[in-house]
Amino acid sequence: MAQAAAPTHGPEDRAHAPHGPQGLLKYLWSTDHKVIAMQYLFTGMAMALVGGFMAYVFRMQGAFPGRSVPGFGVVTSGQYNALITNHGSIMIFWVAMPILIAAFGNYLIPLMIGADDMVFPRLNRLSYQLFLLSALVILASLVVEGGGFGGAWTAYPPLSTHPAYNLTPLGASLWIGAVALEFVAFLLGGINFITTLMNARAPGMKAYDIPMVCWMIVIASILFMLSVGPLIAGAVMLFLDQAVGTGFYDPARGGDPILWQHLFWFFGHPEVYVVLLPAVGIVLEIIATFARKKLFGYKLMLYTAVATGVLSFFVWAHHQFIAGIDPRMANIFTVTTLLISVPIAELIFVMIATLYGGSITLTTPMLWALSFIAEFMIGGVTGIYLGASGSDIYFHDTYFVLAHFHYTFFPIAIIGGFAAFTYWFPKMFGRMMNDRLGKIHFWGTVIPFNFIFIPLFITGIGGDQRRVFNYASFPGQAHLAPLRVMATVALLVMLAFQIFFFWNVIWGLRKGPKAGKNPWRSNTLEWTTDSPPPHGNWPVDEMPKVYRGPYEYGHPDRDDDYWPQNLPA
Amino acid sequence: MRASRPIATTRSATGIPTGRLAVWWVLASEVVIFGGLLASYLMHRLGHPEWANAAAVTNTWIGAFNTLVLLSSSFTAVLAHQAAEHGDGKKAARFLLFTMIGAATFIGVKSFEWYHEISEGYTITSNGFWSFYYTAAGLHALHVIAGAVIMGFVARDAARGRELQRVELIGIYWHFVDAVWIFLFPLLYIAK
Repeated sequence: MAQAAAPTHGPEDRAHAPHGPQGLLKYLWSTDHKVIAMQYLFTGMAMALVGGFMAYVFRMQGAFPGRSVPGFGVVTSGQYNALITNHGSIMIFWVAMPILIAAFGNYLIPLMIGADDMVFPRLNRLSYQLFLLSALVILASLVVEGGGFGGAWTAYPPLSTHPAYNLTPLGASLWIGAVALEFVAFLLGGINFITTLMNARAPGMKAYDIPMVCWMIVIASILFMLSVGPLIAGAVMLFLDQAVGTGFYDPARGGDPILWQHLFWFFGHPEVYVVLLPAVGIVLEIIATFARKKLFGYKLMLYTAVATGVLSFFVWAHHQFIAGIDPRMANIFTVTTLLISVPIAELIFVMIATLYGGSITLTTPMLWALSFIAEFMIGGVTGIYLGASGSDIYFHDTYFVLAHFHYTFFPIAIIGGFAAFTYWFPKMFGRMMNDRLGKIHFWGTVIPFNFIFIPLFITGIGGDQRRVFNYASFPGQAHLAPLRVMATVALLVMLAFQIFFFWNVIWGLRKGPKAGKNPWRSNTLEWTTDSPPPHGNWPVDEMPKVYRGPYEYGHPDRDDDYWPQNLPA
Repeated sequence: MRASRPIATTRSATGIPTGRLAVWWVLASEVVIFGGLLASYLMHRLGHPEWANAAAVTNTWIGAFNTLVLLSSSFTAVLAHQAAEHGDGKKAARFLLFTMIGAATFIGVKSFEWYHEISEGYTITSNGFWSFYYTAAGLHALHVIAGAVIMGFVARDAARGRELQRVELIGIYWHFVDAVWIFLFPLLYIAK
């Protein structure tokens, strides 16, 4: 690049002079990992607003069937199907994954391992551009003729293959296209994360000196990479069934619709851990910092995460207990599913043991981290009823499943996302957020969350099926109507409280006090550079070296209660 | 526009060059894609013994010829790697050219074969076997084409003595394409 080689720059500036186009174009064509992280973060947040609006519309329809929804109008049955399908798809593929893995992976991995960028910056840029394209395709699919895909986010055939059943031929094909593009984007990003962590670590940083959140994002990337392949093959077959007329999933022509369910859930269940592990990593970083205590059992935690990942490949058929699989098979998958609660419990115990005896400060990020533990445990415990095939046959496809799912994914994606955002905001933007606004937003989000989904557990036990357009058609379930209304009202309250978040972000960006390099007095390497870090993260001649693990808080031999990784002994 | 390389790219904490590491991870993700497809095919095939009648139509000799072509092209890819190791970019590019000719032959033979099969009425929608036949071999052929195109860029650079390490990387990928065919050939042609 001409600019990088310009003689006016000193030798140490040269590698870090901004290269590539300037101005607004800089942001679309930048290869800087921090810019790409912001792109993922803000795209994910914008998609969260879309997904949240969808939830608002179909919850209103669920509570007040047939009434006009303010800001949307009367919901038709086709629109309802498209809304629930795309809410699920968007929240998982375009919110949870880009924010937790891509945004924070991109931002944190190079900074935390003391590198100036990813090992393949241009591949990184391509990954975001493909992701942006996939987001545009899924948004476009909502407005094409026939509307967005309405075959549920799991896309089971024959509903997903036959336009005569799903009534959204174009929406269905665009949905597959968007998901496929998104997978390619994350495969490219994942390969970059894995090789960067393996090869680009600062001198002195050994495997057990890597901050937990980097390990977790990379383990998640490996899980994603190894589980998504069969689904890509399955998606090709699904697309051929839709577009060319093959019969891969058509039993009348020698195919098998259950095959899709196997391929989908072989990916779908590890996917839960793909988004869980980064959130766990985020929570561990925050807990260790604000408990001022060394992480309890670093290696135990790491092996637990790997064990969870391995086990997650052997549980998928618990989604198919009522799909007509062999009962002996159901027994096996019940056992493997219940086994996975062992590493998950271990993971929660590590968090609690880290807190035990710590000197805890209840900052906003710490509140998010603590609420993750509490809320995720409810999700975990209710999962046992669904993992056991006997009770699952009753609960399957009821609101109980839906509530359980949201008790896992809400802590992961929303609580984990806010925890990370509030914790690393000072590093990303150089200013502090407002603690009071942050706490109002926290309580205004977490309390209503419980009032949305605890009622839905009860309606589920009471027999409410999910994906029902109009409960007025089920007079036998009328006594559950007040609970449905309660869930919807709680959702409205929760959405309203998000105003405090945006207020806080704007306040922080404009008026927040300067954060300085290390406002939380934390040990990891990202806190040793300026906030926000310059292009290249550190001056070339000051690239950090690492002398110890990331969690040396409260060391008895030191006056300071923290011991940054880069300080020589 | 060529951005200056970050320090991160030059580091190697594992001792394995970053490019080679990345190619192995690409292959890991590819293995599960083909693995999922072939596992699906195998499960169906076991449940449908009558697919053997369709498989009997495929021409084993054409398949065997293509196997020979692809294996030979992998051999020249190894020779290219060896030349690159000795710093002889021109020789490496020449061997890569042989590999690309092999790829073109493979695709040419495959087109001829498919043309005849389709004109005899065996299309992707005929039955389950033919659906898998065209999908799996088609996905493989796309990999052959993509690999050959990338190889063209690598050979162009190598001939000018640049980025010689990429000769090895495209070679690793090419062996993978080869290995997938080693699975496809018996599954689609030999098993009658």
